[in-house]
Amino acid sequence: MSIDQFIENFTELFDETDPDTINATTQFKDLEEWSSLLALSVIAMIDEEYDVEFRGEDIRSSNTVEDLFKIVQSRAE
Amino acid sequence: MARITYHGVGIKAISSCVPQEIVYNKDLGYLIPQEEIEKTINNIGIEQRRIAAPDVTASDLSFKAAKQLFADNSIEPESIDVLLFMSQTADYRIPATSCLLQHRLGLSRDTLCFDISLGCSGYLFALSAAFAYASMEGINRVLLLDGETFSKIVNRRDKVDWPLYGDAGTATLIEKGDYGDATFILNTDGSGEDTLKIFAGMRNPVTADSCVEREREDGNIRTDLEVFMDGMDVFNFAISKVPKSVKQLLKETERTVEDLDFLVFHQANRFMMDFFVKKLKISPDKVPYCIHKYGNTSSASVPLTISSELSGRLEGDNIVLMSGFGAGLSWGSAIMNMRDCSVSPVIEY
Repeated sequence: MSIDQFIENFTELFDETDPDTINATTQFKDLEEWSSLLALSVIAMIDEEYDVEFRGEDIRSSNTVEDLFKIVQSRAE
Repeated sequence: MARITYHGVGIKAISSCVPQEIVYNKDLGYLIPQEEIEKTINNIGIEQRRIAAPDVTASDLSFKAAKQLFADNSIEPESIDVLLFMSQTADYRIPATSCLLQHRLGLSRDTLCFDISLGCSGYLFALSAAFAYASMEGINRVLLLDGETFSKIVNRRDKVDWPLYGDAGTATLIEKGDYGDATFILNTDGSGEDTLKIFAGMRNPVTADSCVEREREDGNIRTDLEVFMDGMDVFNFAISKVPKSVKQLLKETERTVEDLDFLVFHQANRFMMDFFVKKLKISPDKVPYCIHKYGNTSSASVPLTISSELSGRLEGDNIVLMSGFGAGLSWGSAIMNMRDCSVSPVIEY
């Protein structure tokens, strides 16, 4: 499981945000396009791509894209 | 595991009734920034919803649906042996609303009546209870009324819940007949009790303070008498449990999605249902939606979808799978032959 692939999957969920502005350290909740509905897309993407159950609390406790990735990585093992 | 098969019992008729008043989600500018409204509507798939007047209850809507069902199918009220009312927005705390409906519908005093209380999964559980009674010696017909008026328990300044919920009442007539087997799989996980909840009750007694509107998470406003939902947790729950439940039911009844004529989901939100369709690799033509017109009507949404979208389309043999999920947490699916089911189109109150 690579973080680059995770960032790519994460970036694809956004329509209006320039993909180049999203990297591992991006504070994703500060992105203008971020919304509670986008959070659902993140949960769906993690279920589909990694077969990991992701809860609301996991989104709330994460700040950067890397934080999300680390949770997914820890559950997928 | 609650995996149940009923023999020789089926759904003879379904009807539904919604309030006349329409509210449009495009008018939610006071709650959601204008530029986000269109995106929200596209995501949840809800353009408009029906909202009951202050003096109209779930039992009123269900009563009218039942009268329509009786008229359309020439059903004598005296022929009903069991009446079940499934709702979380009952008329009173005491007595059970099913008792009021027995009298109002002119059913015999020999009728067995009780209420069932569950969230959005409720129709599947109540339908299973109806099938169980209809299977018994001495019972021929069961009338299941499933109605909800969530507009009365959702705060209009709660941006998670208010854009979603609509009101509806439905009637389903279950009876013995040449329907073959119907199989249900019903599940519960009470560890998720806080995901969808109204806090006031006997555990947290109602006081004057319970009626005070307060600002909660993310600026949402509600009282302790109104619904709280953790949207992300509900979503996670649904996408992890519902497709598995459907697949398990298909496997155990030795069928595939190809064998289904229709798959009717609880109308939670469009984004979620699209996810199920993709995950189950089922043709979207087999999955009826009415959420754009009526929103999420909680447990009434499965029969409402059948009334709205399948009227006149259930002639002959029709293998239908239904799936509901919600507060509890609670989820269930059923597969049955809805042979020649008489479906009345949706009427207004």
